[in-house]
Amino acid sequence: MLRKLVSALGTFALIVAAMAVLVVLPWWMLLALVVLLAAWMAFTRGGRRAWQVTQVGLSTLPQRLGSSSVVVIGIAGVVGVLVALLAMGEGFQAMLKRTGSDDTAIVMRSGAMAELNSVLGRDDLSLIEQAPGVLRGADGQPIASAELVVVASLPKRSTGLDANVEVRGVGPDTWALRPEVRIIEGRRFTPGLRELIVGKGARGQFAGIDPGTALNLNNQQWTVVGVFDAGDAHDSEIWGDADVVASTYRRGSSRTSVTVKLTGADALDGFKAALAADPRLKVDAKTTRAYYSEQSESLARLIRILGTTIAVIMGIGAMFGALNTMYAAVATRAREIATMRAIGFRGLPVVVSVLLETMLLALAGGLIGAAIAWLIFDNYTVSTLGSNFSQVVFSFRVSPALVGTGLKWALAIGFLGGLFPALRAARLPVTTALREL
Amino acid sequence: MGNIVEIRNVSKRYPRGKQKVEVLHHIDLSIEQGDFLALMGPSGSGKTTLLNLIGGLDTPSEGSIVVDGERIDRLGEGALAKWRANHVGFIFQFYNLLPMLSAQKNVELPLLLTRLSAAQRKRNASIALQLVGLADRASHRPTELSGGQQQRVAIARAIVSDPKLLVCDEPTGDLDRQSAEDVLGLLQTLNRDHGKTIVMVTHDPKAAEYARHTLHLDKGTLVEAATA
Amino acid sequence: MKYLHLVWAALFRRKTRTVFTLLSVLAAFLLFGLLDSVRGAFANAGSSVAGVDRLMTVSKISFTMQLPQSLLPRIQSVPGVKQLAYANWFGGIYQDPKNFFPNIAVSPNYFDVYAEYELPPEQAEAFARTRTGAVVGQQLADRFGWKVGDRIPLEATIFPQKDGSNTWPLDLVGIYRIENVKERGNENQLLFRWDYFDEARQFGNGEIGWYVLRVDDPARSDEVANAIDAISANSDHETKTQSEAAFNASFVSQFADVGLIVGAIMAAVFFTLILLTGNTMAQAVRERVPELAILKTIGFTNRGVLALVLAESVLLIVIGGVLGLALAGLIVGVLQSALGGAMPMEPVGASIWLRGIALMIGIGLVVGALPALRGMRLRIVDALAGR
Repeated sequence: MLRKLVSALGTFALIVAAMAVLVVLPWWMLLALVVLLAAWMAFTRGGRRAWQVTQVGLSTLPQRLGSSSVVVIGIAGVVGVLVALLAMGEGFQAMLKRTGSDDTAIVMRSGAMAELNSVLGRDDLSLIEQAPGVLRGADGQPIASAELVVVASLPKRSTGLDANVEVRGVGPDTWALRPEVRIIEGRRFTPGLRELIVGKGARGQFAGIDPGTALNLNNQQWTVVGVFDAGDAHDSEIWGDADVVASTYRRGSSRTSVTVKLTGADALDGFKAALAADPRLKVDAKTTRAYYSEQSESLARLIRILGTTIAVIMGIGAMFGALNTMYAAVATRAREIATMRAIGFRGLPVVVSVLLETMLLALAGGLIGAAIAWLIFDNYTVSTLGSNFSQVVFSFRVSPALVGTGLKWALAIGFLGGLFPALRAARLPVTTALREL
Repeated sequence: MGNIVEIRNVSKRYPRGKQKVEVLHHIDLSIEQGDFLALMGPSGSGKTTLLNLIGGLDTPSEGSIVVDGERIDRLGEGALAKWRANHVGFIFQFYNLLPMLSAQKNVELPLLLTRLSAAQRKRNASIALQLVGLADRASHRPTELSGGQQQRVAIARAIVSDPKLLVCDEPTGDLDRQSAEDVLGLLQTLNRDHGKTIVMVTHDPKAAEYARHTLHLDKGTLVEAATA
Repeated sequence: MKYLHLVWAALFRRKTRTVFTLLSVLAAFLLFGLLDSVRGAFANAGSSVAGVDRLMTVSKISFTMQLPQSLLPRIQSVPGVKQLAYANWFGGIYQDPKNFFPNIAVSPNYFDVYAEYELPPEQAEAFARTRTGAVVGQQLADRFGWKVGDRIPLEATIFPQKDGSNTWPLDLVGIYRIENVKERGNENQLLFRWDYFDEARQFGNGEIGWYVLRVDDPARSDEVANAIDAISANSDHETKTQSEAAFNASFVSQFADVGLIVGAIMAAVFFTLILLTGNTMAQAVRERVPELAILKTIGFTNRGVLALVLAESVLLIVIGGVLGLALAGLIVGVLQSALGGAMPMEPVGASIWLRGIALMIGIGLVVGALPALRGMRLRIVDALAGR
């Protein structure tokens, strides 16, 4: 009774340790472990025996192709789905995280969580632009763009149904504030005219906004004159002159936000303090980088939780499949395992060989799953509802780190599915096994 | 009594690779109702093949087989299955019992194909088990029974639908001396007291002594031999 | 039915293997139940039974733009309009942005248009009497432990008060319930008075977020919608009127093609499941070839053996699947009371069960097909001879 308890506890401890190793260790350390394992197998007697048993096992693998494929494909499914879902979250977050910079700040009415909810009057605008910490241009004027964000409705190419797109009226300083923006087709809009440039992402997702087309905004005719590439969240937007947008939407001189260039990344605190100190203003300021990063958090977290939950459930299913397969494999090879143990191979080489075989199959499955996810989903462009109630365009991103995570999952499932059959193989009563056959 | 089995000019050929091998050559055989016949012969002589044909497990390549008035060589797959259910009981050397069912449930198996109620099935199976002397083992699994006991359960199953003909292929081949004697004695009782016709393939001359007649097969043809 | 014992015994011949396979099936159908609950919630968002006669009128340019109050009498006079109410999205926060729930400023007759929100008459009266009154749904009240009489301050994110402060204090005067279990998600709202909202807000006064109305005859909704939109045609506040279901559906479609994502994941899950259980069944039949042969000698027909193996396979999937769906139902129930409206989920009801069982039977047949054919075709003499 006590022996059983001890062995059960020992097995449990082994499982916890293995999972901890997989979760905590970075990839280069895991690789180092693999190298250590290979060295053990090459240079020690016990290790060499383990390798021999493994070799015998692997040589019979072609006969057990059907059942071995269960492990491979089951795990490929888990890893494929996990990597695809996480790539969605990562792509969304990556796109928003690279939007903005540390030396530009965005100012909105206090309490507003997104530009659409914010309103700033003309007096607010000049106070903000004159605050200390704002960089001035060669002409001595502050580099600031008072912007008006509204939402327009356009048909999506994929569904044909109307969806919201963000229209941003920008000030003349927008080019200085966002030097990464390049015009890739057509030209910039002319200030004062009803001209628009569309972001490359918006152009891809929405119909009817190619350069040269006419667009109806609030019953007024506008023309699309160019396409821009910002390499970030702004690619989902449509830009026009703020004053003209304001008149089309009857906003007069009010705007939704002001984006300013700071004298340096360290100027933010001073800038914020100055704004807070002014009793006439009720505004909040943060760097554009912080603003966009925050927007991605809740959706990215939701996707991560969803992806992980689904993968856990699938993983449990795959694990039981692996258990079945490996128990059957051990049963099929009972004679050869019993013979080897009769010859003198101890328990450990047998355990290692079964575990190794399972984890190699699992690794193969993980690689296949990750490869399929990468082939199908990497750079797959989609759009979803962002925080301004308008479409945000992003691409799935199957990063190497993600593939690494997927492979770790594969190894974990392989370990869990192979451990008990491995222990069973080592404890097989030799005489019974040989007699039965 | 008339003949329960009439075999005329029966041959059986199997494809082996590209050729056809003839295992039985133009067999003529009549078996009287109530007989206990032992079929003997060296391995490869075709005795099992002949037994399979008599029991309706296989069909001849040519010739006719009449069992209990029925031309079984003319029956299709489905009809043959139905015929087997009603007319023949089988006992084999191995694999007789389903390991996950109790002795009782194993014996009831043939009755599942009838319209009997569950209670009737249970009763008939109990009677059959009683007959073979294993009523007290009804709820045991095959793994809990000895080889001889398993064969007796198999016999109970073979007779539970009350067929006229019992076909046995090396029933004692895997048993020790004592168990073999029990099984053979049981077969004798079924033959003498219950009028079952029994055809038994065996390679053991001692087993053949329990039968009324013995026939020898060699290389696919019958060789008559003297019997007790 | 009498064969059930035989099929059951065959299934549990190798207990461990069968249990493991059952657990894999359970996992697959647990996922199916959970994902389909989310998919259904998105697909049916707003297409409630109660809302079949409701239309919504919003600004055609963008639903974030407001509409003039002057439209109220003009829409009311359109033939076919039974009751007309209006509302504004407030978008306030209670304590923490993570505690998101919809909060809306509504006109006095809002509950006439949303008749399925059951509010005790004395609470409705209190709402009419109390300027700062608020009414919440039962699920929302449970989530935060609110009772009638509590003071609930909301932090505005869009509408500051005239004095510049963002805090809007409200008094809880009523809690409403929704009878239909599938629509209980709509209990996760806070409704307060539009007149208090309009008077106290700093800008946009006098303008309405959207109109919501009930029609006399749902069959003539299109006519009524067109008539309403005609009122504002060619003005600076053009409207778009559509059924509540259509409005919600178009909103949801902007979020993601949830149906496609769920479908793709389930396809992957079921594909691997079929492979896994197919392998188990193939193994099981391979091992039992002699036993199946014995059954044939006893008199079971080829078709009988085919049916037996198929029954075994279907039973395996159905048992695992039913357990998985039941577990999904339990989890959804727990999640719904824990998360409130944060995660849209439909209770695991009749439609999910029906589709689930159809899938179970289908997969069971597919998985069992090849092994069953093998069992059907085995030749007795070869099987018994060990060939």
